[in-house]
Amino acid sequence: MTCDLCDEKASVFLTQIVDGQMEKVNLCESCAKAKGVTDPTGFALADLLLGLGDEADEPKSPSSSSQMDPELPTPEKSAPSADEKLACSACGYTHAQFKKAGRLGCPKCYQVFGAGLESLLKAMHKGTKHIGKVPVRHRAVQDRHETLAALRSELDDAIGREAFEDAARLRDEIATLEAELAKPSEPTSESSTETVGS
Amino acid sequence: MRFDTLLESPADWMHRGQSHGDIVVTSRIRLARNLVGHSFPGWGRKQENEATLRVVQPVVESLPQLGEPFSRHLNKLTAIQKQALVERHLISREHAARAAGSAAVMNRAQTISIMINEEDHLRMQSIQPGLALRESFEVLDEIDTQLEQALEFAFDRQLGFLTACPTNLGTGLRASAMLHLPALMLSDQVNQVIQAVNKIGLAVRGLYGEGTEALGNLFQVSNQTTLGDKEVEIIARLQKVIEQIVNHEKNARQKLLSDNTTTLCDQIGRAFALLRHAHVMPSKEALNLISMVRLGVDLGFFPSEFAVTLESLLMEIQPAHLQIRADRKLPTSERDEMRSQIIRDRLKCLPEPDISKALGGLHNCPPNNDDA
Repeated sequence: MTCDLCDEKASVFLTQIVDGQMEKVNLCESCAKAKGVTDPTGFALADLLLGLGDEADEPKSPSSSSQMDPELPTPEKSAPSADEKLACSACGYTHAQFKKAGRLGCPKCYQVFGAGLESLLKAMHKGTKHIGKVPVRHRAVQDRHETLAALRSELDDAIGREAFEDAARLRDEIATLEAELAKPSEPTSESSTETVGS
Repeated sequence: MRFDTLLESPADWMHRGQSHGDIVVTSRIRLARNLVGHSFPGWGRKQENEATLRVVQPVVESLPQLGEPFSRHLNKLTAIQKQALVERHLISREHAARAAGSAAVMNRAQTISIMINEEDHLRMQSIQPGLALRESFEVLDEIDTQLEQALEFAFDRQLGFLTACPTNLGTGLRASAMLHLPALMLSDQVNQVIQAVNKIGLAVRGLYGEGTEALGNLFQVSNQTTLGDKEVEIIARLQKVIEQIVNHEKNARQKLLSDNTTTLCDQIGRAFALLRHAHVMPSKEALNLISMVRLGVDLGFFPSEFAVTLESLLMEIQPAHLQIRADRKLPTSERDEMRSQIIRDRLKCLPEPDISKALGGLHNCPPNNDDA
């Protein structure tokens, strides 16, 4: 039997008697856990939203400098210990504001505040990786990333088989592709105004 | 297009849907999209939002699917006009609260509407009668593909389409169906169904979305999660659940018909009498009574052609629709009077409920009333 939510094998079977009629829900372990079915307190999205992850629970002193500072440089590698003064270089939105409102200021904010987002997304969504539609102008890049991943696993395989000629060829292919991908800036970064042709 | 022209034309989705049209009133798909390099509307300053609007609106208006669209800046609409659009599910309540820097664009048939600068730069919606989630999605997906040629949407390989609220990340897709569940309501089963649906990660809401109550036995069921799944999978899963709810409602209707014939006939008969003869009709009461008559149509107590009459009646009697018709602001008392008048007029030709259908059921399977 497969899970009602995904196609994994179901291992949690929820049966309810509703006015003499039996209601059955079949879930795999990860879906059941994700949806809080096994948890007696139930699925409480509201709590998760209010908590915004676990890492920044104790409220910091309301510093006066929590206001936006557009001059602040973008700290690329933000420590996950949620620095409330952390602000988006593009729009000035601060992490403190995000914690309060639960919304972001601009698309760039996801790069700035992204580090602390993982646990929130895990609780909120079915997965943390997008597998749906990809806009045409991102598809070429996406395809190359996928090719790259495939080549890398082929390379591992070749090394495992001690097929070093194949391995050398694959290594060169990977290097070429990596160079290509490194050259044009990722279209997600807002500086790229040129469209990436397919 | 003038506002009056838009409102005069009944929306396409007010007709009965082909698939489960008796229980699934409408199917709706919504996609959220944002532009690279622009602040989200909730954070952007007025000038910034106006700049985004100047980029987006012409592109949206030129969509061939919209024909000659109705397109307005929200500060060019009165509060009552905006409320009427909310009543028709063409814009959200949140969008109606906005003014300068936001706009609403829709086709005359009101099957496609695009909100510019709601919570996200673009909130696009496709709405169809009956259970037609896939069809609605296909329409909107094509529009999305066309728009992305002219507009650079904010997209991340890991997080998908970037949205103001992380709850919409990934696909930005919200699929929902409006269900009419009077029998589950009458037999006190609806809360159990809602709880079961919540448990498997879907949301149940009232008539006008988040935080609204379930008036007229109408419920919206929609997906909660948008990231980590393909669009078609989200839709297929919702479809499966809706089909199950439809079956529960159908069973509950059969059970009412065979076990609680008198109660059922009484409820439908009272609704008929009140709608036909009342002279003061509050909105909430009207929605609930119309729901009962609608159930009567579904069970064959009334001629089926009244289904469409009821559907457009539901719109006509909403507060903003009444005030637009009267062309002035109306106090509640006057609205209730005007509402009763419209209902009496529209249902003038509605014949008395033909309870032989119910009694026929009674003869075929004698009631088993030993549940004491």
